[in-house]
Amino acid sequence: MISPEHYLMLSLALFTIGVIGVLTRRNVIIILMSIELILNAVNINLVAFSRLYGDVNGQVFAIFIITDAAAEAAVGLGIILAFFRNRETLLADEMDLLKW
Amino acid sequence: MNAPLPYFLDHIWLIPLFPLATAAVMLFYGRRLKNSMVNYLCVGSVFLSFIYSFGAFLQLTAMPAAERTAIKILFEWIPAGPYHMLNGRISNFLADWGFQLDPLSAVMILVVTGVGFLIHVYSTGYMAHEGGYYRFFGYLNLFMFSMLMLVLANNLLLLFVGWEGVGTCSYLLIGFYFHKKSASDAGKKAFIVNRIGDAGFLLGIFLTSALLGTIRFAEIGPALAAGHFALGDPRIVAIALLFFVGATGKSAQIPLYVWLPDAMEGPTPVSALIHAATMVTAGVYMVTRTNAIYQLAPAAMAVVAVIGAITAIFAASMGVVQNDIKKVLAYSTISQLGYMFLALGVGAFAAGIFHLMTHAFFKGLLFLAAGSVIHALSGEQDMQKMGALSGKIRKTYRTMRIATLAIAGVPPLAGFFSKDEILAHAFEYSHVLWLIGWITAGMTAFYMFRLLFLTFHGQSRVDHEVEHHIHESPNSMLVPLMILAVLSVIGGWIGIGGRFEKFLEPVIAGAAQSPLEAARPAAASSTEAALMIASVAVAFTGIALAWFLYLKRTDLPAKIAKSLNGFYDLVFHKYYVDELYDAMFVNRAKDLGLALGAFDRNVIDGAGVNGAGWLTRFVSKVSMWWDTWIVDGSVRLGSFLVYCLGFVSKFLETGYVQNYMLLIVVGLIGVLAYYFYLAHHVIH
Repeated sequence: MISPEHYLMLSLALFTIGVIGVLTRRNVIIILMSIELILNAVNINLVAFSRLYGDVNGQVFAIFIITDAAAEAAVGLGIILAFFRNRETLLADEMDLLKW
Repeated sequence: MNAPLPYFLDHIWLIPLFPLATAAVMLFYGRRLKNSMVNYLCVGSVFLSFIYSFGAFLQLTAMPAAERTAIKILFEWIPAGPYHMLNGRISNFLADWGFQLDPLSAVMILVVTGVGFLIHVYSTGYMAHEGGYYRFFGYLNLFMFSMLMLVLANNLLLLFVGWEGVGTCSYLLIGFYFHKKSASDAGKKAFIVNRIGDAGFLLGIFLTSALLGTIRFAEIGPALAAGHFALGDPRIVAIALLFFVGATGKSAQIPLYVWLPDAMEGPTPVSALIHAATMVTAGVYMVTRTNAIYQLAPAAMAVVAVIGAITAIFAASMGVVQNDIKKVLAYSTISQLGYMFLALGVGAFAAGIFHLMTHAFFKGLLFLAAGSVIHALSGEQDMQKMGALSGKIRKTYRTMRIATLAIAGVPPLAGFFSKDEILAHAFEYSHVLWLIGWITAGMTAFYMFRLLFLTFHGQSRVDHEVEHHIHESPNSMLVPLMILAVLSVIGGWIGIGGRFEKFLEPVIAGAAQSPLEAARPAAASSTEAALMIASVAVAFTGIALAWFLYLKRTDLPAKIAKSLNGFYDLVFHKYYVDELYDAMFVNRAKDLGLALGAFDRNVIDGAGVNGAGWLTRFVSKVSMWWDTWIVDGSVRLGSFLVYCLGFVSKFLETGYVQNYMLLIVVGLIGVLAYYFYLAHHVIH
């Protein structure tokens, strides 16, 4: 029997992998992919608790997030593409235009 | 006078207006007019004035003797309102633009317009080849206007307008050749010297207004009677003396006579019209016009008589040694004016005006004839370079001879009658004054015949080039000479038997009652005859002496001059009066000007203007320092502090997104840890 704790553990693992990926990887595309992992960790939580409490709202919310993630990926990739055209780099530590 | 005035008397205000109109045309449009047009307009307007004057004169004489006063008030000129008189009463100050014709002003306008017209005609010939022809006639007509205003005015203030007008025209005409420095200097001198007299006259007008409450001539007599002033009231004497100060300026008496000899720089017709016949007699006219005041001031009368007598002999002595033909005539004019004032001073107002009239004839003629001589000699004025001209310019010579005889006092010419009358009155007043006048008469005869002999007789001393060009003047110049010559002969006859005196009697206040006149019958006719013979004798003595010295023994004058070395020099240099005035007043005035200039430069400019500038600069420097260091300093200090703060905090901003993200995660973990801590330890 798979209990809610299992789902939470999976979700926690995914979330942690995602956060570490965002913080440590230099390639912007990988950072974007890590953000997707974080979002999906949230989705797993939502679906798990929706199933636990028999309420469909959680699943509806998960679908919204998936849609949102798709849109976000499109916009994010667009920005990255535009940025690459200007600076010929995808490395986050070279994106320091905000620096003093 | 209720009955309407006859035409000419009702239109006396037109008499000054004709010359004014043409003067305006000349001065505004004259440049575009041809000389012939200028002649028609200017001479014509003066002739028209003469016609109107003559008509007014005839209509005036047609009236009964006692009523011979025509007053025409055009409008109220200065209705200045009420003021307190000296006696505390309220009076209304009022000056009309009004005209008054009585026997006195009738004589004056006839002389002014008559002689003026002749001199205008003469000028058309004399000035024909001069530049500024229209300007000359414009000034001349403006002068005629002013002079006629002067003699026709019905109050003191309007008289003063004419008085100043003639002064201005005199200035303009003396300086007519303005490119010559001596001429423009002479004009200025005349103007400034006259200012001194005018100041006195103006004060006199103020005092009259304050004391009598009126400035109308017609009301002065009644006001004096109503005021019950004592004979010799000091205030009346003050008015009379102040008026006389004005008269000494305008009529060239001691001490203000110095401008008249210099005024000869002007064209000769100007000398004839202004500085012999009309303007310089304005003082005589004015004193006669205000004789009601003078008759209450015996002290002032005495001053007038003494100044007149001294001026007469003093100027005559200077006339004796002058070599410039016009200067001789100028000193002669001063001397004759002195005669007139002598007459006024001894109370013989009519005799003074009589001499004024005859003098206008023969002195006008003398100047015009001298102008004709100068014209013939291409501008030569020095008598030492003349001589033997009688055959070459015969007509000029004859007219001048008549004028010379007239001024010398040879009967039956004009000068004899008027001069004799003055001397007779002077004899009654004071034997000393008579003696001075008598000697002056002899000197007059002497220097006038000296002039005549040096100019027309003896050997010719004319320069050779000039001699070829000697020519008689054109008819336009000769005809006025002849008319004036006739007047110089017959002009005195109207005075025979006291007719002239009788004619003027209504104007001379209380002529019958005056103490001086009362003494008149005392002078026996035998005395009068003796005086007459004496004056004729002295005239002939003067003539004979001149003949002896300048025709018979021409070497003598130089010897006499040498033997009288110091004295001759003194007289020749006009007693150094000009130098004395320069030293006493002119240079002192200049010094004052220089001192004021230095004061301006050093104190006003230096301490005042520059000081204020320095102070402003100093204040602005201080405030600049304040601005730079305090105001700007505080602003910059603020910005510096912000900068320091920013310098420290900027190291937080790495610009790496992941750094920020890490901080967010650390912060989130910190916050969560804090709440977990709270949940586990604080709440339980």
